Amino acid sequence: MEPLDLDLEEAELELPTDPTTMLNVGPAHPAMHGTVRCVMELSGENIEQVDVQVGYLHRGFEKMCERGTWSQVFPYVDRCNYVSPMLNNVGFALACEKMLGIEVPERCQYYRVILGELARMSDHLTCVGAMAMELGAFTPFLWFVRAREMIWDLMEEETGARLTHSFGRVGGMAHPPTKAFKELARATSDHVVKVVKEGEQLLLGNRIFLDRLDKVGIISAEDAISLGWTGPCLRASGVPYDVRKAHPYMVYDRFDFDVPVGATGDCYDRFIVRVEELKQSARIIEQALEQMPDDGPINADDPRVVLPPKEEVYNSIEGTIQHFKIVMEGLKIPAGEVYSYTEGGNGELGFYLVSDGSGTPYRVRIRPPCFLVTSGLERVITGEMIADVVPCFGSLNMIGGECDR
Amino acid sequence: MAEALVKAVQSQFGAAVLETHNQHGDETIVVDAGSWKDIAAFLRDDRRTQMNMLTDLTAVDYPDREPRFEVVAHFCSLTRGHRLRVKARVGFEDGEGAEIDSLADLYGSANWMERECWDMFGVKFKGHPDLRRILMYPEFEGHPLRRDYPAQKIQPLVPYRDVDNIEKLPPFGDDMGMSFGRQTHAFGSHEE
Repeated sequence: MEPLDLDLEEAELELPTDPTTMLNVGPAHPAMHGTVRCVMELSGENIEQVDVQVGYLHRGFEKMCERGTWSQVFPYVDRCNYVSPMLNNVGFALACEKMLGIEVPERCQYYRVILGELARMSDHLTCVGAMAMELGAFTPFLWFVRAREMIWDLMEEETGARLTHSFGRVGGMAHPPTKAFKELARATSDHVVKVVKEGEQLLLGNRIFLDRLDKVGIISAEDAISLGWTGPCLRASGVPYDVRKAHPYMVYDRFDFDVPVGATGDCYDRFIVRVEELKQSARIIEQALEQMPDDGPINADDPRVVLPPKEEVYNSIEGTIQHFKIVMEGLKIPAGEVYSYTEGGNGELGFYLVSDGSGTPYRVRIRPPCFLVTSGLERVITGEMIADVVPCFGSLNMIGGECDR
Repeated sequence: MAEALVKAVQSQFGAAVLETHNQHGDETIVVDAGSWKDIAAFLRDDRRTQMNMLTDLTAVDYPDREPRFEVVAHFCSLTRGHRLRVKARVGFEDGEGAEIDSLADLYGSANWMERECWDMFGVKFKGHPDLRRILMYPEFEGHPLRRDYPAQKIQPLVPYRDVDNIEKLPPFGDDMGMSFGRQTHAFGSHEE
């Protein structure tokens, strides 16, 4: 092979007349987990302009919700944020219960809190792990995913499904906790904390990892608020807004936990806020497991919405009729509108429901935290280098199903 | 606290506030579509309200009513911890003429949510910097979340787009490659 020693002085080098390059990333690019497309205008390696395009995972959930009964919405909300479906289930159930004016028994509230916090853990583990993996650190990802697997095993034990549980019900849950629930939840939560601490040691001592996150993708608190950011991304910018603290729902006001906030709002803060929240979730689970009563009903005592026990359905005419009416006509929610919000994995998960009094929802609007966070991606990466797109996008934790619905 | 909020808006805008209610504890005002943006600016800047976040913006379609669409915005104040729902009614019964001022220069979050609202309902936001479809593709016909849009409606196939500077053609001709399921479905009245 001949050596490649071209004489550059003699070779005619032509500089491009247009100094900008268009670059298309996605929608099916490995670093764009989820399906999102970024069309970028580059000047050298700097991003001058960017157009973020979403919608590749749009499945028309809001339209589909208008065609079934209220209970048939649960499988749809499961598939919105499919990394933490339990939080969506509970969020939707709470919205319906707010309209009906019922409250579930205390045992169920604790059950929902514990399952929800475990789901939040799995959400954050995925985000933190995937973020590390995209920057080349594969081991923490595998560790975190193994820890997540433990959470999903617990979910399978409790609900029968690993991922899309459809376990929430208006006025309760589909099943009471299993006998080993408390033991299992405690073990899982402890294990997750252990894994997180180990993973932290691997990552936070790593110069390459830190350099790629530090002071990259900064967004100020004002911008984050204006963009409608909520959840870990907003808290990383230094705004201590957490729905669980600001507007406590269920039994969240009984727990002692902290809301971690970041200082600069860069990728590192978004990473570390999630890591801290994992530990806070473990704290909540620990306290909730202690306070949760061992016996008692799990479903609200309201025959309008809660299915009767199977013995009654098979052995009494009233039970049969009640069951039939709830399943076939759907439970009736009084006409009106409601906006109910909970803290989802990525921020404020809101449900704006409009009911016309029949068994079918008139309008189900899911307020997706991801959609608004992704809308800020443009502002986060404009002016950064092309290599920074990966950590920035990873730290926002865009979940395609929730963003596009 | 939230009642004081409604009073503050009422005292400022008087007749532009058409209705108020607080069903399930959510304070709601229905306002005249003409003063939509003024009210949003007031809510954002006034010392008593300080609504620094536009949490949600969407629409609801009532095909039998005139005005047909209800544009619903949820405002939230992180500093004072209160919330307010503001609604405005726009559009004729046939779905035309649904226009309202854009809030995109007041709130960054309005940008995408208004695009979604336009995409799904066909409500136009006047003054929006970039009112494109967001969840649907550009060639999509109709607005899917309208009540009169049938859920099983089949959209026409999209021809290959002519994009400047891209000469690369797809690797297959018309009769090669993947067959499109939608073309071969015998779906109701749809025939080849």
